[in-house]
Amino acid sequence: MIGTLDPKVPGGPLDRKWTSHKDHARLVSPNNRRKFEIIIVGSGLAGGSAAATLGELGYRVKCFCYQDSPRRAHSIAAQGGINAAKNYQNDGDSVYRLFYDTIKGGDFRSREGNVYRLAEVSGNIIDQCVAQGVPFAREYGGLLANRSFGGAQVSRTFYARGQTGQQLLLGCYSALCRQIAAGTVQMFPQTEMLDVVILDGHAKGIVTRNLRTGQIDKVAGDAVILATGGYGNAFYLSTNARGCNVTATYRAYKKGALFANPCFTQIHPTCIPHSGDYQSKLTLMSESLRNDGRVWVPKRKEDCTKSPNEIPERDRDYYLERKYPAFGNLSPRDISSRAAKEVCDEGRGVGPGGRGVYLDFADAIRRLGEQTIAERYGNLFEVYEKITGENAYKVPMRIYPAVHYTMGGLWVDYNLMSNIPGLFVIGEANFSDHGANRLGASALMQGLADGYFVLPYTLPSYLAGQGGRRPSADAAEFKDAENNVRAKIQKLLNVNGNLSLDSIHRELGTLLWDKCGMARNKVGLEEALGKIPQLREKFWREVRVPGDGEDFNQSLERAGRVADFLEFAELMCIDALTRDESCGAHFREEHQTPEGEALRDDDNFAAVFAWEFQGCNGTITPPKLHREPLHFETVHLTQRSYK
Amino acid sequence: MNFNLKVWRQKDRQSLGTLVDYAALDIPPQASLLEMLDIVNERLLLKGEEPVAFDSDCREGICGTCSLTVNGEAHGPDHPGAACELYMRKFREGQTIVIEPFRVKSFPIIKDLVVDRSALDRIVQAGGFISARAGSAPEANSVPVPKTDADVSMEAAACIGCGACAAACPNASAMLFTAAKVSHLALLPQGKPERAKRVIGMVQAMDAEGFGNCTNTYECEAVCPAEISASFIAKLNREYSRASLKRSAGE
Repeated sequence: MIGTLDPKVPGGPLDRKWTSHKDHARLVSPNNRRKFEIIIVGSGLAGGSAAATLGELGYRVKCFCYQDSPRRAHSIAAQGGINAAKNYQNDGDSVYRLFYDTIKGGDFRSREGNVYRLAEVSGNIIDQCVAQGVPFAREYGGLLANRSFGGAQVSRTFYARGQTGQQLLLGCYSALCRQIAAGTVQMFPQTEMLDVVILDGHAKGIVTRNLRTGQIDKVAGDAVILATGGYGNAFYLSTNARGCNVTATYRAYKKGALFANPCFTQIHPTCIPHSGDYQSKLTLMSESLRNDGRVWVPKRKEDCTKSPNEIPERDRDYYLERKYPAFGNLSPRDISSRAAKEVCDEGRGVGPGGRGVYLDFADAIRRLGEQTIAERYGNLFEVYEKITGENAYKVPMRIYPAVHYTMGGLWVDYNLMSNIPGLFVIGEANFSDHGANRLGASALMQGLADGYFVLPYTLPSYLAGQGGRRPSADAAEFKDAENNVRAKIQKLLNVNGNLSLDSIHRELGTLLWDKCGMARNKVGLEEALGKIPQLREKFWREVRVPGDGEDFNQSLERAGRVADFLEFAELMCIDALTRDESCGAHFREEHQTPEGEALRDDDNFAAVFAWEFQGCNGTITPPKLHREPLHFETVHLTQRSYK
Repeated sequence: MNFNLKVWRQKDRQSLGTLVDYAALDIPPQASLLEMLDIVNERLLLKGEEPVAFDSDCREGICGTCSLTVNGEAHGPDHPGAACELYMRKFREGQTIVIEPFRVKSFPIIKDLVVDRSALDRIVQAGGFISARAGSAPEANSVPVPKTDADVSMEAAACIGCGACAAACPNASAMLFTAAKVSHLALLPQGKPERAKRVIGMVQAMDAEGFGNCTNTYECEAVCPAEISASFIAKLNREYSRASLKRSAGE
């Protein structure tokens, strides 16, 4: 069914690819647009901006989200900022530099063409957001302010206090509301997609469940766009919202969409450390804190139990500044996370369980005054105090890495279309732009780039040949999909065992964190691959899902998602095992430099690994691997160095 | 820690609800209120009882999904903060904790502690936006915005849309919510062209949804997790008067 994986990156010089692609793309004329119905699943930065923009262009859009309002999508929780190559600071930034930093930050495992385009449209995003009324931070002269983020030596990050994601999402939500009022977008909140419907090889609809009433619906459309975010909650504990899940993308995978690089998960270095079994999520402390905070642990194990203020300067190890003098505390996320794990593994971690490092603002407070620090990060300090009961103006914060973002996702070509014609994937749900590691403040950029400025140009090329092909939702394929969805729900309700969902999900999360987390090795991954099927079997034998399917049933919602995580986890481990190199966030212990840095194998692994589902009947048939070789025409592959 | 819970249980919108007693034993003091409910729910489940339905998502106080009234206060006693940011160490050992949904006529109960707040979305749809088509925006730095205006605008824009303001208000007024959006946009030069139309549309929608009006009790400000100042309500009133006058003057 799948031939060679063609990323369809246009030819020509890097900086002309997108322009010439747009110049030659097919169009849909204004009076024909209303004949097309576009299904968008997800209403975060990617889905919301796509829905608003396509609605404004005149398409008829149906947008679905599991939350009770599109304004609550998890993009809202992004704190620090959004990158754009505006060069407002006159500090040497350019489209090329943002492109290069992103490619290098991703450890040379992303596509040049896609990343260049992302950098190219980044400036338009800021223009668009300002026009919508996003209240970005400004300087006294009224111009936009910037700060720095990891993996860059320029200040190109735009921000709205520590609530940048919230403000960008509310901008996009307000544009969406305008289209809802205008009647071009129909919004379906509290509605979850449970299957994609494929007709004659094209994605032409979805099956949904109304979470409030339990009603199952078949929805036909001319194209299906998935903007359903990442799968970090496979680990149970992550910085994701409770509802974030892999269900939409995983079920599309089971219908033939390729899943690319599922083992690339980003572990964010600055989160509040884990404190007990009851804990339901981990809270991020924005990376922007590393602009002014210095990361350290005691030089000696014996000092770890002392109060940090009692440890003199000479006994502290500012290990990021020591190991990576050029980037210091602003080293990229994967590198900073691993460095934290390393010092804690050496027994020099601080706080309960010894899994924590200090993020210290004392120097910055001495230099700039407490008020300046409060202006920059006040709300983050408040959040920290709420959760830990500690005042970070007086004692250093304790932080530890946590699962945060997933670079992997459904495979898409340059047009953001998956291998299934008509199925587009945008935002965190696709795999395209961040390679093996995402730089800070780039997720918001990518979500909005896809929704505002890429998809509206690439979707018409597909639609132009699809006039009049939208099927009726009564077609047999829809009926089959609906029956499958109903059967799966019934199966979950029928187990009626004695274990809670959370207990099994926690067990899966711990296993993934230990074996497929910040560091992986062959033995551990094979062990995980042995245990996951047992866990899945235990789930289907012993889980208890109360209530019925015809009602508002939160246990049932979550049960379906956990069931998918239990299958998906295996794919993550298979991918991690197959990628027998280290790159970015994927650190295979077998492959490291003498200094302990990730050691890539470009000869064998400069490629995207895209997996094709082969069946699951209790046990998973090994998926089929498709490789998309990565061609670097512009950048020179180097060992990533932040020293 | 140990607590006596009284939790509102209601099967659906039509049914009558009631407070049900539950013992919450051996709760870690570092757990959040929602994590305490997770623990109680897990135990209920294993006893064969139906868990308590309650809404939450980000669990870090920004998505605005949680909608609990705790001991009579929207989001509970630890202001400012959403219910997900309320930690059990803030309660006394053995304390009775009453947990109810947000009580607002315009927020019908879906089940137990879950309410329908789509009325707030409809207020925004009635004008809470700036019409800016993707692709037509001018260069971002072409319109300078004084830092003080941008900062005040941001203070209003910080609203998380939870609806606690309406739940706390004796008149079930959503004026703080509406005022925050109107002020956020009216304070920016980009928001000026639609300023009059916006405020009139949003206030009309707010009335149509059945929310009450402000009588200056400031309960909204006291419970707001985003610390939106009630002075924005005064701003909303000024914006509304200005727009109405202009309209009656035929502008």
